[in-house]
Amino acid sequence: MSTINYSEKIPNNVNLSEDRTLQRALEGWQPNFINWWDDVGPEGSTNHEVYLRTAVSVDPQGWAQFGHVKMRDYRWGIFLNPGDAERKIHFGDNLGEKAWQDVPGEHRANLRRIIVTQGDTEPASVEQQRHLGLTAPSMYDLRNLFQINVEEGRHLWAMVYLLHKHFGRDGREEAEALLQRTSGDQDNPRILGAFNEKTPDWLAFFMFTYFTDRDGKFQLSALAESAFDPLARTTKFMLTEEAHHMFVGESGVSRVLTRTAQVMNELKTDDPAKVRAAGAIDLGTIQRYLNFHYSVTIDLFGADQSSNAAIFYSSGLKGRYEEGKRSDDHVLKGQTYKVLEVKDGKLVEKDVPMLNALNEVLRDDFIADSVAGVNRWNKVLEKAGIPTRLTVPHKAFNRQIGALAGIKMSPDGRVVSEAEWEAKKSEWLPTPEDFAFVASLMGRVVDPGKFAGWIAPPVMGINRQPVDFEYVRFG
Amino acid sequence: MNAIAETAVIKQHLIDPEICIRCNTCEAICPVQAITHDNLNYVVDASKCNLCMDCISPCPTGSIDNWRSMPRIRAYSIEEQLKWEELPAELPPEELEGLVDADPEAAVAPTPAAPPAVVKDPSGQETFNSSAFGATLPPWSAAHAYSNIYGPKATQKTVTATVVGNVRVTEVGKTAGSDYDTHHIVLDFGAMPFPVLEGQSIGVVPPGVDDIGRKHHPRQYSIASPRNGERPGYNNLSLTIKRVLQDHDGDPVRGVASNYMCDLQVGDKVEVIGPFGTSFLMPNHPRSNIVMICTGTGSAPMRAMTEWRRRLRASGKFEGGKLMLFFGARTQEELPYFGPLQSLPKDFIDINFAFSRTPGQPKRYVQDAMRERAADLAQLVQDPNTFFYVCGLKSMEEGVVLALRDVVQGAGLNWDTVGGALKREGRLHLETY
Repeated sequence: MSTINYSEKIPNNVNLSEDRTLQRALEGWQPNFINWWDDVGPEGSTNHEVYLRTAVSVDPQGWAQFGHVKMRDYRWGIFLNPGDAERKIHFGDNLGEKAWQDVPGEHRANLRRIIVTQGDTEPASVEQQRHLGLTAPSMYDLRNLFQINVEEGRHLWAMVYLLHKHFGRDGREEAEALLQRTSGDQDNPRILGAFNEKTPDWLAFFMFTYFTDRDGKFQLSALAESAFDPLARTTKFMLTEEAHHMFVGESGVSRVLTRTAQVMNELKTDDPAKVRAAGAIDLGTIQRYLNFHYSVTIDLFGADQSSNAAIFYSSGLKGRYEEGKRSDDHVLKGQTYKVLEVKDGKLVEKDVPMLNALNEVLRDDFIADSVAGVNRWNKVLEKAGIPTRLTVPHKAFNRQIGALAGIKMSPDGRVVSEAEWEAKKSEWLPTPEDFAFVASLMGRVVDPGKFAGWIAPPVMGINRQPVDFEYVRFG
Repeated sequence: MNAIAETAVIKQHLIDPEICIRCNTCEAICPVQAITHDNLNYVVDASKCNLCMDCISPCPTGSIDNWRSMPRIRAYSIEEQLKWEELPAELPPEELEGLVDADPEAAVAPTPAAPPAVVKDPSGQETFNSSAFGATLPPWSAAHAYSNIYGPKATQKTVTATVVGNVRVTEVGKTAGSDYDTHHIVLDFGAMPFPVLEGQSIGVVPPGVDDIGRKHHPRQYSIASPRNGERPGYNNLSLTIKRVLQDHDGDPVRGVASNYMCDLQVGDKVEVIGPFGTSFLMPNHPRSNIVMICTGTGSAPMRAMTEWRRRLRASGKFEGGKLMLFFGARTQEELPYFGPLQSLPKDFIDINFAFSRTPGQPKRYVQDAMRERAADLAQLVQDPNTFFYVCGLKSMEEGVVLALRDVVQGAGLNWDTVGGALKREGRLHLETY
């Protein structure tokens, strides 16, 4: 019998064993986390051994260790990027001062809110995706789903660590509440709208990981600039993991398009009914899914004008995407930014104070990044000789948050009447029939190297393994 | 590995723009800031990339793991790569041929008797791609390597070492007028930490500036001494460096770093970065076998591994496995460490030389020597405790891997299965330049 090394119970690089109180608190939270995983984590996966990437340290050699593990045994832990004792705050009113290692009292409430909101999204997406394993289009995809799930779990750990370490009893209560809210629950839903939507099928999952995990990338990037150093360091490390999630989405949609184009060329048709009859997803449906996920995701950036955004920036809590690479004064007082509003039935731009428009700045950065990927999807169609192109809808389309909420707007940016919206809605957003059709294709394919008929195999496997590698061993 | 910048053909590291999702992980993780991007592509600067491989496993897409053999002077520039919509194909061999002829130790792979079988490599190309079989993971019993302790992204950018030894290790160069020699140079780090393992390399920053006034970029050299120092228990290490005196067209050119290093006097100071490399490392478990295949200064890591095993054996506390060496050069006179190698006990290491230009003798390359020893190699390759290391000129890599394939197939085994296992299990390591 070897003695249990308690410092290893929660893998970490934050000297957890030196803070016994914190260690005990987190070890008390750990069983609740495992119970949450068992209750609402990936369905029917308890005995699977999954070829997962596990971080054992934050250096390049340590954070991508691959091997078959049971997901319950995945080494969820706490990893922060290395610190720099000399790090200075590089934006806002405290520019040039030393970064904070502890939470300043005046920013406590705001920082807590930021961390809880970010933390709440992590378990939410696991809950949203819990049934997808039952309809995986291949063993490779199943593995990718599970990899995302365990990493979202680790991201929850990252936020819970900050709450426990820096926010005392409030933090511990918030950490408990993160496990009590449930995605889509009538009485106790997740905080943000997009995280209460269903992820009913794999096309929705790919769109979600492409668009919504990209929102995660931008939020994490903004927090990685924070004057609160532990938050900056923990989100920096999370970003390296987030990259895989976006890859799953981008390559997933790309493979769906590859297969659809192949079917269209084989049958020499662009008739959606014929494409569907052949077991592939027609381009119209893909575009409607894209419209939905894109519009729901850009709502996550918040109101176009927000005094909170200004406060978060000026006080150094949350920067802009790639703050360090920008060449302005990093204080932004007296500067303006153009936002959209509707006047007399028309969209017009108006100048508003930049500080208040920082949600919009981040949203616009996200849009530019999203469009680049959609262009790469279009290359798949172009190469296959298909004339159709996917587009992202206008940013005022189907919005529920901010000045553009409730405006009836077509994807190409026209303000439309209620009547036209009702008439055209089914061309712009997925219909119950679309969902039913896509659901009808969702059959489980899990023999190594086999793929469902609606999706092409990937170009290469994970970690240089062959595509037909046994990514999941079913126990 | 020898000075990348001074060799005719480099293995250029490239990113596949069709697979890359622009997640920025590689750029964030690269210790020498060799990766940059614009709105379209992420690209690698060949003059900065030191092949440390830190960016490989974190890449979620695999797009980072692409390599093209390129004449050094024609390496794809950043500007070219930024415009790419897809990766260019490998240059046809005839375009690369002749580029290494000027090098005295270039062993041109003989045409195999049968055309190589078509192999599906990870890049999807339907040609035999020897580098596709190279492992990116270290042996399971490798010691933990420290890397990039000093460099552009480290707290301390460079560390100063002192030259404590500089000797010629070839017969060539003893007489006036033939200074095409190879030197064994010992650097001491004093009190500064510089922990290394056999198989790792360091970067040397030559003093001064280049023709256009830029600071010289670092040149990389493999370490030729074991982990506990050139002199056991001392904080020093050795390098094997050959002077570069002509370019690949045979025109006179003095390699900046190699001549700077070979001309150093004891007591001189050298700016160093590194160490580099986390996969070309030796196994440490008892009875593990090591097969080493090298040409010229590619012998540096082999000397390091051999010497570590020799010291372990002398301690009497370690049961080592078989050591087998295939060592190629033009002539015996040009072979570094020929003398010391001869004095190693035969029951400790099984040495096979291959000289390509011994007067009156037929040309012999390392792969010929390997085929002659097929029976023993077949035994070794099937033993999971055997690890293969190839270091030297890029032009020999394919011939060596093909010879290994022939050995495997000759033993009635399936090369794809065995080659795949060698790669996966960190048992075949290729370091060619």
